Amino acid sequence: MSEQLDAGLIAEQIAESDQLGEPSGAHEVGRARRRKEDARLVTGRTTWTDNIQLPGMLYMAFLRSPMAHARITRVDTSAARARPGVVAVYSGRDLADEQGSLPCAWPVTEDIVIPDHPPMAVEEVRYAGEAVACVVATDRYKAADALEAIEVDYEPLDAVVDMTEALAEGSPLVHESGNRAFTWKFAGGDIDAAFRDAPVVIERTYVQQRLIPTAMEPRAVVATTDGDGFTLYSATQIPHVLRVMLALTTGIPEHKLRVVAPDVGGGFGSKLQVTAEEVLGLLVTRRLGKPVKWTESRSEGNLTVHHGRDQLQRISLAAERDGRVRGVRVDLLADMGAYLMLVTPGIPLLGAFMYNGIYKIDAYDFTCTGVFTTKMPTDAYRGAGRPEATFAIERAVDELAHELGLDPVEVRRRNWITHQEFPYDTICGLTYDSGNYEAATEKALALFGYDKLRAEQSDRRDRRDPVQLGIGVSTYTEMCGLAPSRVLGSLSYGAGGWEHASVRMLPTGKVEVVTGTSPHGQGHETAWSQIVADALGVPFGDVAVLHGDTAISHKGMDTYGSRSLVVGGVAVLAACEKVKDKARLIAAHMLEASADDIEFSAGSFTVRGTAEGRTIQELALATFAAHDLPDGVEPGLDADATFDPDNFSFPHGTHLCAVEVDTETGACAIRSYVAVDDVGSVVNPLIVEGQVHGGIAQGIGQALFEEAVHDTEGNLLTTTMADYLIPTAADLPDFTTDRTETPATSNPLGVKGVGEAGTIASTPAVVNAIVDALRPYGVHDVRMPCTPERIWRVVSEAGPPASGSAAAEAPAGASAGASAEAPAPTSGPGPMSTPGPASTPGPASTPGSGSGEATSSSEGGAR
Amino acid sequence: MIPAAFDYIRPASLEEACRVLAEADAAGDDVKVLAGGQSLLPLLRLRLAYPAALVDLGRLPEPRGVEDRGDHVFVGALTTHDEVLRSGVVREQVPLLALATATVADPAVRHRGTFGGSMVHADPAGDLPAVALALDCVFVVRSSEGEREIPASEFFVDYLESALGPGEVLLGVRVPKLGPGWGFHYEKFHRTAQAWAIVGVAAAVRRDGGTIGEARIALTNMGPTPVRARATEAALRGLSPAPVGGAGDGARDQVRDACGQADSGTSPPADLHAKPDYRRHLARVLTYRAVRAATG
Repeated sequence: MSEQLDAGLIAEQIAESDQLGEPSGAHEVGRARRRKEDARLVTGRTTWTDNIQLPGMLYMAFLRSPMAHARITRVDTSAARARPGVVAVYSGRDLADEQGSLPCAWPVTEDIVIPDHPPMAVEEVRYAGEAVACVVATDRYKAADALEAIEVDYEPLDAVVDMTEALAEGSPLVHESGNRAFTWKFAGGDIDAAFRDAPVVIERTYVQQRLIPTAMEPRAVVATTDGDGFTLYSATQIPHVLRVMLALTTGIPEHKLRVVAPDVGGGFGSKLQVTAEEVLGLLVTRRLGKPVKWTESRSEGNLTVHHGRDQLQRISLAAERDGRVRGVRVDLLADMGAYLMLVTPGIPLLGAFMYNGIYKIDAYDFTCTGVFTTKMPTDAYRGAGRPEATFAIERAVDELAHELGLDPVEVRRRNWITHQEFPYDTICGLTYDSGNYEAATEKALALFGYDKLRAEQSDRRDRRDPVQLGIGVSTYTEMCGLAPSRVLGSLSYGAGGWEHASVRMLPTGKVEVVTGTSPHGQGHETAWSQIVADALGVPFGDVAVLHGDTAISHKGMDTYGSRSLVVGGVAVLAACEKVKDKARLIAAHMLEASADDIEFSAGSFTVRGTAEGRTIQELALATFAAHDLPDGVEPGLDADATFDPDNFSFPHGTHLCAVEVDTETGACAIRSYVAVDDVGSVVNPLIVEGQVHGGIAQGIGQALFEEAVHDTEGNLLTTTMADYLIPTAADLPDFTTDRTETPATSNPLGVKGVGEAGTIASTPAVVNAIVDALRPYGVHDVRMPCTPERIWRVVSEAGPPASGSAAAEAPAGASAGASAEAPAPTSGPGPMSTPGPASTPGPASTPGSGSGEATSSSEGGAR
Repeated sequence: MIPAAFDYIRPASLEEACRVLAEADAAGDDVKVLAGGQSLLPLLRLRLAYPAALVDLGRLPEPRGVEDRGDHVFVGALTTHDEVLRSGVVREQVPLLALATATVADPAVRHRGTFGGSMVHADPAGDLPAVALALDCVFVVRSSEGEREIPASEFFVDYLESALGPGEVLLGVRVPKLGPGWGFHYEKFHRTAQAWAIVGVAAAVRRDGGTIGEARIALTNMGPTPVRARATEAALRGLSPAPVGGAGDGARDQVRDACGQADSGTSPPADLHAKPDYRRHLARVLTYRAVRAATG
């Protein structure tokens, strides 16, 4: 193999140029370290699940339903069994007694309908792509060929594709119990008062189209058994959760089941799941006693990796004439797809507490109905509920600005929480601990050249330039660091939100860190090493981070929801502190001093006021030898820590986007994009930068390119990457990124999480820019993705532009779809006053009564 | 994404390839010729095609490369897109081909995919068939019976169907040099850099003093085959590229009017990216832009 592909050599070169061998000093945290795991990841010289080859391994392939909804009347596998190399063929019926039901861990209301979800369909298929039979063969080609010999008879049933139609009387049913999975309500403040006589009411409906997560590495599963225990390798984000869930689903005792997530190539939430293929892999290896492997194709993945978003959002804003928002009402339909998977029903709830955005409002009312359709289930996708919420409020605030003839930045300024007001208890019951929206916005405006671009926009409007310029603003915050366990409990989630870490000093002074997070591209090995290097005063290069194998990392809550650093990184730090506490005792004993007199600095424990001391490496060796330890001290310089956060963290930022829209063709091009994010203190600026870039790209993907399209029969039409378009670097502008740093007060690192920020912020920034460009045409919305054809149709239907920029500033009459009413007579003070914490309902109160309705409670939520 | 089983034949020469194809035809076997594989392999992997055998020409030394032959440039069928792009002869003598090839897919595909393969695949969404049609290229094909020539106007028969008979392989294409006075442009409209054209316009325009002497315009993805915009070509002849009636609101842009007929006689498809009426609109707008660029 050529030199440049040698992972070891690349790692060496990186080590040399990053001076990994050098003593780290006291400030690893904050350094733009290149990621130590990248050499093996980018050269592919690592263990991906599909690389794993075990002796006697067999290969699985799945026959999938070509229909969205049908009764299975016959499955004949006999011809397939006779094919060369075929070892076994199973129908759903064959496995019916042992396959159980795929779990849903988030029953959001007490009366939620959670339908039985067999990993392989037995009697009925409810989405195109659902597995109906499985071939096990000696190689993957024979397995694929044998699929064609399986005969299945289907009795077609009516597809249920559209959520609104699904809820209409007389709709065909996805499940006998009806198409409504749940209705979940949440409210704070007096919403009727907020809307009563409101001078301005903005009412809009936004479509959050269905997305396909599209991780770089397709899913893959390897299952094996030694006759007693089982090992499952999977391209998963959640080895720990998976182990528990698979034990419960398959009946394999938890202590006989090891789950390994080897290196995993991206997930974006799509690998936060317990999949049919994981369960079936275990069942097949249990039956045959041989290792089996399944690797999905990209087209299979488009059909059967859980999808994201797919909500219909009705949002209403009641505001004063000066632009101050009184209240927000949200009525949401969320497409569950055919079944409720691991956290399917909870996704819209993660957005429920975010529709107030960064703004101070008096009243809030939220209703979400989960709807069954005959489509692939939806579940977590980067941001999970929060991008949807941010999109709706940021779009609606722009509409409000337009309605009032105000600059969109000014409207935000009049509503946002000022930096002196933190910690701030929101109407949604969250406590935003810190932030500085003014600073991030000022910085973004300056980098963007806001005023100059507005001048150019005005000029183009005056000239009726066929290429119009639009400016999009998005000021977002998000709740990250999932999550305080008691809050998850109050929301009926099936698990906690803590994270675990172990730190072990090895005899030679090197450090092993075991983390319960499960990185799949995030760079935990590098970031955790930086944290440990500072905490213990050891060189960055002396730290190894172990993860992703339940036999090595026995305890964890895995990686999603921008939680790894905020929860898992803090657990690592806490374990380091425990190691230091113990080392201090041993140092005191060896130095014949009182522990209180021992000082720690840069890896050395010294007696105060003397030069006498021991390095942590010396203490590690002495502890290993254990010849002379203080009484009652066990040999071993190891510690475990489990961190359960008290509050979420709240990254925020201001993203600005300038888009040129060619009104003749509908094409739009992002001309400039500025992102100023505040993710708190930063452990590694390079990693943050990478996350922000990728996040923005993914959010732009939703705004401009991506959509899972079904026909009226429920067939997915976007099964290849020629049809489901995702942007590449060639389709994106350079991003100008910067940061403000307002440390989180809820954890000792001051960190907030960065995994989802870019995605949350960028989608509304881009769509706001496109709509802004088209304001002179009377355009008030373009449905996502804003394809050239959609933009062209919107422009064509709107007719010729109003002349000049003046017209664009004013409300655009009947087509506005917004109701502007005369200002109501003032009725004394009151409506603008912020409710005190005592009257603020919180998530703790949410799923409440048997009706599934949350009622207001005097208990505040996350603090 | 695993193809069904097929036989694989790798002939050592073009003669052998022709013989193999003739035999397969006589035996009634469905065989496909494999060159760069950038279009055929996806079809196999998606099991949209089930050939009994592939005849792989990809490693044959010829016909490959670009040759200046006086009044035309000959491009060997096995020349990769990347080789076409790197050819000084192509850039200088038949620049329209260079312009269009630069928009084909992405660098990885351009290093594997072949010029001839793109033509024979006869995908109306491909960029190169429209170029061949606009330039009145001549396709040189060989079988065990000998060689014959097919004009571009007859080569693209239907959707994914060329005039190549069973047992025939494409040797290469004669791309005419159009001489002085001609300007060229390929206007491609697509959603992402790697995506196929929603509509593409290949334009070659000769200026004759102050007017348009001749225009040749072919459209990508406006029907089952690439199609010439004959009405627009005729309407452009003799027009002044500059707006008539001076600057300002009184000016009449005759070129734009002529390009308004670009979609006449087309039958654009409907797909996820565009409905026919939008394609027709794009054809008109993009033809205008292509002609403007070619005359500018």
